Amino acid sequence: MSNVTQSNPRPAGNYRHRKLTNNIMTGLAYFCTLLALIPLAAIILETVIKGLPAWDAEFFTGLPSTYGSGGGIKNAVVGSAIILGIAVLMAIPTGVISGVYLAEYGDNRLGNGLRFVADVMTGAPSIVIGILGYAVFVVATGHSAGIFGSIALAILMVPVITRATEEIVRLVPGDLREASLALGIPRWKTIIRIVVPTAISGIVTGVILATARAAGETAPLLFTVGTSNYMNYNPFEGQMMTLPLAVYEQSSYRGEVLQTAWGGALLLLVVIVALNLIARLAFRSRGIR
Amino acid sequence: MEQSKTQREQSVPDSKRRTGDGETPREQEPGKRDNVIVAEDLTAYYGSFKALDSISMNIERNKITALIGPSGCGKSTYLRCLNRMHEVIGGARMEGRLLLDGQNMVDKDVDPVQVRRRVGMVFQKPNPFPTMTIYDNVVAGLKLEKRRKKSELNDIVEHTLKQAALWDEVKNKLKDSGMSLSGGQQQRLCIARTLAVEPEVILMDEPASALDPMSTQKIEDAMEELKEQYTVVIVTHNMQQAARVSDYTGFFFIEEQGDPGRLWEFDDTQKIFSNPERKETEDYVTGRFG
Amino acid sequence: MSAISEFFKKFRRGNSGDAVFQLVALVFSLVMPVTILAIFIVLWQESEISRQEFGISFLWDKTWSNSDQVFGALTVIYGTLVTSAVAILLAGPVGVGIAAFLTEIASPRVNSVVGFFVEILAAVPSIVYGIWGFFVFAVFLRDWIVPPIQFLFGWIPVFQGNFTLSTIFTASLVLSVMILPTVAAISRDVLNAVPRDQREAMLALGSTRWEMFSMAVLPYARGGVLGAILLGVGRAMGETIALTYVLGNAQVLFTSFFQQGSSMAQAIASLFGASTSNVLRSSLLEIGLLLFVLTFLINVGARFLVTSMSNQPSRR
Repeated sequence: MSNVTQSNPRPAGNYRHRKLTNNIMTGLAYFCTLLALIPLAAIILETVIKGLPAWDAEFFTGLPSTYGSGGGIKNAVVGSAIILGIAVLMAIPTGVISGVYLAEYGDNRLGNGLRFVADVMTGAPSIVIGILGYAVFVVATGHSAGIFGSIALAILMVPVITRATEEIVRLVPGDLREASLALGIPRWKTIIRIVVPTAISGIVTGVILATARAAGETAPLLFTVGTSNYMNYNPFEGQMMTLPLAVYEQSSYRGEVLQTAWGGALLLLVVIVALNLIARLAFRSRGIR
Repeated sequence: MEQSKTQREQSVPDSKRRTGDGETPREQEPGKRDNVIVAEDLTAYYGSFKALDSISMNIERNKITALIGPSGCGKSTYLRCLNRMHEVIGGARMEGRLLLDGQNMVDKDVDPVQVRRRVGMVFQKPNPFPTMTIYDNVVAGLKLEKRRKKSELNDIVEHTLKQAALWDEVKNKLKDSGMSLSGGQQQRLCIARTLAVEPEVILMDEPASALDPMSTQKIEDAMEELKEQYTVVIVTHNMQQAARVSDYTGFFFIEEQGDPGRLWEFDDTQKIFSNPERKETEDYVTGRFG
Repeated sequence: MSAISEFFKKFRRGNSGDAVFQLVALVFSLVMPVTILAIFIVLWQESEISRQEFGISFLWDKTWSNSDQVFGALTVIYGTLVTSAVAILLAGPVGVGIAAFLTEIASPRVNSVVGFFVEILAAVPSIVYGIWGFFVFAVFLRDWIVPPIQFLFGWIPVFQGNFTLSTIFTASLVLSVMILPTVAAISRDVLNAVPRDQREAMLALGSTRWEMFSMAVLPYARGGVLGAILLGVGRAMGETIALTYVLGNAQVLFTSFFQQGSSMAQAIASLFGASTSNVLRSSLLEIGLLLFVLTFLINVGARFLVTSMSNQPSRR
């Protein structure tokens, strides 16, 4: 078709070899992804298969049997709800305000230091937080209590919420702030009335994801709240049962049927996945690790 | 169609005449003009948005072709079609025919890897590889294919850096990082890097727009020399540059926002800038609108 | 500090609202550093008995005797290091592979779906990994994986021993699954941060996608990817509850994958509650201090690597 003299064809040389390498590597990438999804499927499947049979009326409304495994987890669900609820109430103001501070006033050495601390704390092993709770509260007061567990969980949640909040608040356009300030509204009102509400969906996402993480934590509660076979509505006195610890307890009877343990594990999984789904879908924000 | 009518009306040599409206193109007269890239009704999309409509153009070998036009008229999109970089953006695709030595590049069976070997590109913002030395930057493309002897590589590095008018400035610091150079030097490094793989065509997307006048001058000088060995297609906003440097010029235009870009006029540079056929071309080159 | 003078300036200017707000916000933010300080102080104090009793040699003493009340951290440090090392050797490449898949190959829709599943994998709590690891996975290993390994490689010492479900092997594999999402997610963010023009420059030279990735993207992002891997290691080291199920609780310097072992976090969780001896408790808390310092340093290093990637040498 064209009148052009055919240019000298490039030596194909190792072209096929390059294409082969490319295809192999692409295949490997696919393979790695599969490698991640297989254990996920396995865990979810097993938990559902083994846990669903446990879900009956007695499971949700009864208390754990005092001898061996089995029984219900009502006290665990109630306990988890109370302890987690208090933890969230403590963690939200602390985390959100810290995040706002870092976003609004944190472009200096102090801010960098605080940011550094928050990042490091997100990676701290949760057992260390548990030990802290134990040494500071349990030893001092001589007993376990639900609220100590709440404090421990809140400590775990705060850095996560802080960093998420900071990221989201930073994304609020500067024009918005400037327009408000230009109207004579003081900075603090600007932040509270305008900036934070604009960022609220991202903040809520961060809170939900932090809660999901705290809901599954076992080690901190082990040291601060302990376990219990009884119902306890009082977070200030005495041990309370929580869902992760119910699973922990129920599965310590290694030889026996573990139905209650798996049932509890399934409930835990359902709650956590649900929270993640809500955070991701309802608020469409970036996830947090 | 509009743009091909323009070309038909002009009294240009046969080989440069194009026919539009879906007719098969006339056979080029052998020996007359040597076209290395021929676009026939090339249309480009970003997803469902049509960015280019039926572009037909010949790129002649060993000549510099400039593409000018107001912003957003598809010049860069068209350029990126020429080495199949357009499809790198998700959802982007081409339709029509784009012949590189007779092979239709739009065809899915044609491997872009091979196309890009023969059609190189220099980008608007200099983009040397920061983790590589100047030397390694130049030979980065060469390392993909067969192993060469060190001495051979050394020669290529020197040769291409000279062609890019950068050799004297860096010959003593080839082991320095590519980022240690100024913007203009980095761009010339990118030119050398592109030259090293010996493409037939070099595409340049506003190569000097981010640079100071001195660097721009150096790059324009380099282009003049490149013409002997390579074919150059350059997109530029700088009309004086286009007039100075190129042999042929293509003017892209859109009438309304949201329209796809079209090739409004294509001709010898001299003619485009002194006596263009169409009003919009004249308005643009005389600066009546940007 | 200039911050203090700023504060008072605001008062004088009449912006007392701003000054108060900033101060209150700062106080809330100080909760975190105070907590970290508290952790250090508490761990230091509580480990006093053990530190005085055993001194610096605690770090390399392999004794763990309840009867003699003599304890050394070597076995648990060893266990932590080995399990974490094996875990990252597996999860590192796979995690980066997943990240590469997500950034270079997957379409936006696949990206969303896979990304979601990776996040779910990260959200599975440690205790669920624990019971699944012990009651399901370890049994699977014992019945299907270990026999062929021992058949083929049983002559190598590291593959000898009686597989009793809770082993280094089980623990390392479970750990690698647990840290995989961490490595993958952070690597993905790091790879996404590589500027597009780097990829285009490489492609324009006529490279295949793999060549573009290995020659232009990965070198650019190598600091960040290393940081992601380090973060995975940090997570592995701090992992507690899952390991109480699948690691066993043997404070020994194991020599085979199929033996039981003990890690720092696991030992604390397993032994603390039931312990009646002050010496034991203090030793466990000294181990806790070591663990905290170790993960602290790793996280600092990882953070430095990841953030330094965004500060690439600026172009003049």
